[in-house]
Amino acid sequence: MTQYLLSVVTPAEGAEPPTPDELTGIMARVEAVQTRVRKAGAWVFAGGLAAPSSATVLRPQGDDVLVVDGPFAEGKEYVGGFSIIDVGDLDEALRWGREYVAAIGLPIEVRPFVW
Amino acid sequence: MIRSPVEQVFREQHGRAVAVLVRLLGDIDLAEEAVAAAFTAAVATWPERGVPPSPAGWIITTARNRAIDRLRRESVGAAKLAEAALLHGPVEPDEAGPVRDDRLRLLFTCCHPALSSATQVGLTLRLVGGLTTAEIARAFLVPEATMAQRLVRAKGKIRDARIPYRVPSTADLPARLRSVLAAVYLIFTEGYTASTGDRLVREELCIQAIRLGRQLLELFPDDPEVIGLLALMLLTDSRREVRTGPDGELVLLADQDRSRWDPALIAEGQALVRRCLARNEPGPYQVQAAITAVHSDAPVGALTEWGQIRQLYDLLLSLTPTPVVALHRAVAVAELDGPAAGLALVEELALDRHPLAHAVRADLLRRLGRTGEAATAYAAALAGTENAAERAFLQRRLFELRATGTAVSATGGAPSPPPPGSSWCSGGRATGQ
Repeated sequence: MTQYLLSVVTPAEGAEPPTPDELTGIMARVEAVQTRVRKAGAWVFAGGLAAPSSATVLRPQGDDVLVVDGPFAEGKEYVGGFSIIDVGDLDEALRWGREYVAAIGLPIEVRPFVW
Repeated sequence: MIRSPVEQVFREQHGRAVAVLVRLLGDIDLAEEAVAAAFTAAVATWPERGVPPSPAGWIITTARNRAIDRLRRESVGAAKLAEAALLHGPVEPDEAGPVRDDRLRLLFTCCHPALSSATQVGLTLRLVGGLTTAEIARAFLVPEATMAQRLVRAKGKIRDARIPYRVPSTADLPARLRSVLAAVYLIFTEGYTASTGDRLVREELCIQAIRLGRQLLELFPDDPEVIGLLALMLLTDSRREVRTGPDGELVLLADQDRSRWDPALIAEGQALVRRCLARNEPGPYQVQAAITAVHSDAPVGALTEWGQIRQLYDLLLSLTPTPVVALHRAVAVAELDGPAAGLALVEELALDRHPLAHAVRADLLRRLGRTGEAATAYAAALAGTENAAERAFLQRRLFELRATGTAVSATGGAPSPPPPGSSWCSGGRATGQ
């Protein structure tokens, strides 16, 4: 079995954020997918992340560590949430990925863990 | 070209041998290496001892033994496991059984949608076709190092992301088969359309694509698009000898010496067209093949059944509503209703950056006697075309226009629409795709 990280590719600008009603719908659909993932025995972990503006980066600096406000990279997109699943191969991972795309309406990056 | 028995077996059986070994070893690199060693052994022994009764079986058994030897030398834990699988796995190639599946598995793995189409094509040629990395790089006009890197990266992704080595489930099969057909057709058009680079390598691409098309037909005898793709490639390939002139310049369909089209390929292609159309499940490859078949029916360009061709383009446009298909349809309309009717359709298309559109416009304007506008359009087409044969053709047209002024002769004939995939401008390969 291989674990895959399914990241939700969220636009940082340009796109309207979902309204509260839309968000409720999205959450309900995501919940339904999670339930199916659990039933299939593929569930490892999942979570939604706060906005990149809430991030803090720690950078090694000699023997010290520098604390920096903000995300590690300003991009057009950021990881808005993720799910880790444990399945047999990429085809299975892509199948679950499609379900998340249908539930959320955003691109999903599917990437294998090496250990 | 006369080929040694080893070379012939290599061309025909390389993919099959690699496919079996990948299943046994679970590792593409090891499989490639073992098969290469087996062919090296064949080169050393066959000329002396003669070709074994089952050359493919000999290659697979030898490759398997080489792999076992190697794994024994490197007594690593994982290697031991692979060795056990090797020792207990089925070996003898059985055409009806697992080997058939192995070949398919390999093809579906090479053409997995998680790989870019350029990568799919490169991997297919390397693993299934047995072309060297250098040959593939030459065919696609990229540096060998670039192609090598692309292949290494692809094999890494197959391993790390666990792209499965199996025939897709019934639910996924239709979509996955489309992706395999697209890769095969891309190999064919790459071999057929481009004129720069090594001519022999390019011919090899056409041969490989047609061979893959035949194998797919063996494996999916009832899929009309599989039949249609093979028909399309055979009918297009029947004109290969005369599609360029002595200096490598493009010769339009209307000007080709049709007596030199390959009658055997045409007969086979037309029979396949009839076979797939009889199923009444039209798809883009079938319709393109049918269009090409209509051209093949005409002993001279003037006897082409343009009415049929327009109907087929109507159908193709409904299946794949792209501006390029609409452009080809406009050419057929120009043949039926005159260049002005065709031009009106071309002007409606948003194809400003498409060199083929400029070339078609130029020809229609030329036939309408609007020489100045035609020259401008030829220049626009030239600006967007890299293909040497197509450039030579466009330059000659432009030269003739300028030389004759307004008194343009119509001897160049109609701008016969290129059969799909045999473009006379670089963009034509997009037809119907």
